[in-house]
Amino acid sequence: MRYAAPATVDEAQTLLSDNPGSQVFAGATDLVPQIRAGRPSPSMVVDLKRIDRLTAVTHEGGQWTIGAATPTADLTRNAEFTAAFPGLSEAAGLIGSDQIQNRSSLGGNLANASPAADSVPALIANAGQAVIASGDGTRTVPASEIATGPGRTSLAEGEFIIEFTLDDPPAGTGDAYLRMIPRTEMDIAIVGAAVRLTIADNAVSEATVVLGAVAPTAVSVPDAAAALVGASLNGGGFDDATLAAVADAASAACNPIDDKRGTIAYRQRVAGVLAKRAAAVAAERAQNGA
Amino acid sequence: MTVTEDRPSYKWVGTRPIRHDGYDKVVGKARFAADLNLPGQLHAAILRSPHGHARILSIDTSTAEAMPGVKAVVTAADFPALDVGNPEHDVAMNLMARDVVLYVGHALAAVAASTRAEAQAAAAAIEVEYELLPVVLSLDESMADGAPLVNDDNRTAFSGSDEPSNLATVTPLERGDVDGAFEAADLIVEREFDTAWVHQGYIEPHACVVDVGADGKADIWASSQGHFRVRSQTAAVLGWDTARVKVTPAEIGGGFGGKTTIYLEPVAARLSEKSGRPVKITMSRDEVLRATGPAPASKARIRIAATNDGELTAIDGWIGYAVGCTNDMAGFIGAMSVASYRFPNLKLEAVAALTNTPKSAAYRAPSAPQAAFAIESVIDEIAQLLEMDPIDLRLKNAVVEGDPTAMGSPHPRIGFVECLEAIRDSDHYRSPVPEGTARGVGSGFWFNIGEQSSATVNLNEDGTATVITGSPDIGGSRASMALMAAEELGIDVYRITPVVADTESVGFTDVTEGSRATFATGMAVVNACRELIDQLKTRAATILGVEADAVDWVDGAAVAEDKDPLPLADITAKAKSTGGPLTVTASLNAGGAGPSFAVHCCDVAVDEETGQVTVLRYTTAQDAGTAIHPSYVEGQMQGGTAQGIGWALNEEYVYDDDGTMLNASFLDYRVPVASDLPMIETIIVEVPNPAHPYGVRGVGETGIVPPMATIANAVSRATGARLTSLPMSPPKVLAVLDDR
Repeated sequence: MRYAAPATVDEAQTLLSDNPGSQVFAGATDLVPQIRAGRPSPSMVVDLKRIDRLTAVTHEGGQWTIGAATPTADLTRNAEFTAAFPGLSEAAGLIGSDQIQNRSSLGGNLANASPAADSVPALIANAGQAVIASGDGTRTVPASEIATGPGRTSLAEGEFIIEFTLDDPPAGTGDAYLRMIPRTEMDIAIVGAAVRLTIADNAVSEATVVLGAVAPTAVSVPDAAAALVGASLNGGGFDDATLAAVADAASAACNPIDDKRGTIAYRQRVAGVLAKRAAAVAAERAQNGA
Repeated sequence: MTVTEDRPSYKWVGTRPIRHDGYDKVVGKARFAADLNLPGQLHAAILRSPHGHARILSIDTSTAEAMPGVKAVVTAADFPALDVGNPEHDVAMNLMARDVVLYVGHALAAVAASTRAEAQAAAAAIEVEYELLPVVLSLDESMADGAPLVNDDNRTAFSGSDEPSNLATVTPLERGDVDGAFEAADLIVEREFDTAWVHQGYIEPHACVVDVGADGKADIWASSQGHFRVRSQTAAVLGWDTARVKVTPAEIGGGFGGKTTIYLEPVAARLSEKSGRPVKITMSRDEVLRATGPAPASKARIRIAATNDGELTAIDGWIGYAVGCTNDMAGFIGAMSVASYRFPNLKLEAVAALTNTPKSAAYRAPSAPQAAFAIESVIDEIAQLLEMDPIDLRLKNAVVEGDPTAMGSPHPRIGFVECLEAIRDSDHYRSPVPEGTARGVGSGFWFNIGEQSSATVNLNEDGTATVITGSPDIGGSRASMALMAAEELGIDVYRITPVVADTESVGFTDVTEGSRATFATGMAVVNACRELIDQLKTRAATILGVEADAVDWVDGAAVAEDKDPLPLADITAKAKSTGGPLTVTASLNAGGAGPSFAVHCCDVAVDEETGQVTVLRYTTAQDAGTAIHPSYVEGQMQGGTAQGIGWALNEEYVYDDDGTMLNASFLDYRVPVASDLPMIETIIVEVPNPAHPYGVRGVGETGIVPPMATIANAVSRATGARLTSLPMSPPKVLAVLDDR
């Protein structure tokens, strides 16, 4: 297995097209364990962390640009980013341990295409766009269109994610991400739930609900979002009927598997619980920030 | 700390010096089993069965032998076939399957090659033909009428029968009039319980390096709980004289009972013998979980009778242990675990039965946690129904010195009542239960054992000392040995160098089990020191020109009337002229290991929508007899509790129908991580053990016995639902809450 560390996106694209069977990596926090577990080694691994653009974080003209290989520790430590996207920041901060946080990235978390990836539901809930190095140029697609199933993506051979763009949230917006693990850390989500909502005139004007670990990919739950839109916040919180409707819609949207980490019934049930709890946290943040 | 009995005041015993091996461990200098590498060393890989039960029709190693880097291949054909009655038959069969594989992960061939990758590739190229046999995975399947045999070689122990059987042991106990007591009872509570297979979870995987020379002698470097047992088992499996085997103990990264047996050393020895090169074997975590001993899964049915004023009048119970693929004393030991309460009427049957799963191994107070979970849960429910304080109920029925154990013999001096009182009077138990939480208590004990130990104490020319023992330091024992020697000799603890020596450099010492090292090996150290002091007094008499019986030993010096005290260093400086080197070896077979009781108390919160249990506060009180080094006593109390919390909440083997473990990693076999646990508060209770010169009771095991019931009892009080199945993982808790 050969190792290459290009300094530019162009160089990386050339390396990938010249070396069939090569694979990019950012933190390698999934790649190395996968090879150790017996997955065949790529002919060449291409380290994207040496490309400045892939680890740059900028905020200009009402838009955030996050290099796809940026260590998640750099995002959780970034006060301005965390104030703008508290849910995405807390989701990014749940990937692995403190040591892993110095290597893990939003791009790697998304492109690894684990259904349980912690940062993905919040990235999708915030309408993140992925800028992809493709052929000799780039193309941009919603982050929600990258993963197509466990370990599978829509990225073509030789393509990789350069960066994500996120528009500044409208005033009165809050997001939140909650996950269920049987321990308190060092574990993989059995269920994850991200909610972003915007409050205007004491009622929800926009909402997005995205679940993780309950289907082959992260799933948006329009019915849960619809249950939130128009809901008023009397004295701060949602009423029980709204929360129950969010929970029911989230549970209904699950298409999980039974495995060593959790059962179908448990995942469905807890998806509803976490969706309504995340909605409550997001609403609190939206109101406090407004 | 609570001291409950008068005792002499000590200068060193009971202090907390930095451990002598601390520096090496902190800076990474300490050498564990996998840290040794020898010139020319080969790496070995083991081929393991993918089937839960199968006959081996053929093994073809020819392709593997011709592969790059391969220097030797072994199968069971390279080892002598031990008779079924041989004490090491099961160990030999477990480390290299002969004719039949008994579980997924069972070793059946091994390859030594220049690199680990070459060894793994060659192991994968060994061709095996199997005839699949029925797989038995649970206690119920194993004990069913007409159940297929798990292991044709098994005979029920103590039964006298020579018929193959799935039963390992059947242990009935009975005293008093149980039926009459239940008829007369005011209250009867009966519950059924089950617990899952759990692993010891030591951080250091099994590893060894073995070098067999041209003279046929084996040099073994391995981590274990007893290198003399590594020697004896290796020699037995190979059919060698013990004198051919030398074992040097590496530092040990946790054992908890799981390193009281061997898996690798004879395999590495045979590979080394065939290849003429040193051979290293290191298990992966996956191999540790698939092929080394877990603690048995269990089921229990417990029925207890009580009077309205809280007297426990009878217990009637059955407990069964699924012990894996070979015979095991789990059931026999489990039967002894019901001895915390007087129970004038008692009827108990403890059973162990075989399953096509890994051969189980000792795990901290083996078999007691499963039994205590059941019994302590039922007792708590009685307290709830009688609206009695659960500690008061236990105080009313707790055994004291002279009360019968389960087997009928009387308890020696024990500290159960003192531990109950320590929790009752603790800041934790006296504080109000915080809003949104509930409090549970539970108790448990372990008998402990003595066994054989040796110690050599050498006094050096300048009055420093070397204390040499054969007990690996698995819990701070170097510091404890040095403290006891410092107390006896009257010198500074840092003027003593505690050493754990190889099998050729110290007298025979049994494996560290039954929390025996500080008790029994410590007693050997004390005996050696006392004999040395007799010699020192004789030498001092010569130097001072007085009669030997006119000399006393006081605070590190020889004292005689009208003479200046003669410090130890002044005597050792004149050793040459007064009779030669001052060195004593003491050996013993220690009796009188005192049981250690513990009482635990915890506060939990239960998330009723997700079923998640969070332990918010935890306090443990345990009888240490006398704590030689209190920090390491507290460490044992906290470590056992942490493992018990894991057993209670999330740890379990998940098997598919063929017996393949689905969660063989620390990602999915969920031991608690640091953030899962509160600070575990400790109260050391000291009811000295009259059989030890300083009153020591072993403390290593008891801590894991109470946590499961303690947490279940708290969850019951939090939710009104009784949790009877371990682990109390979120899905299981949620299902029980739904059924309320």
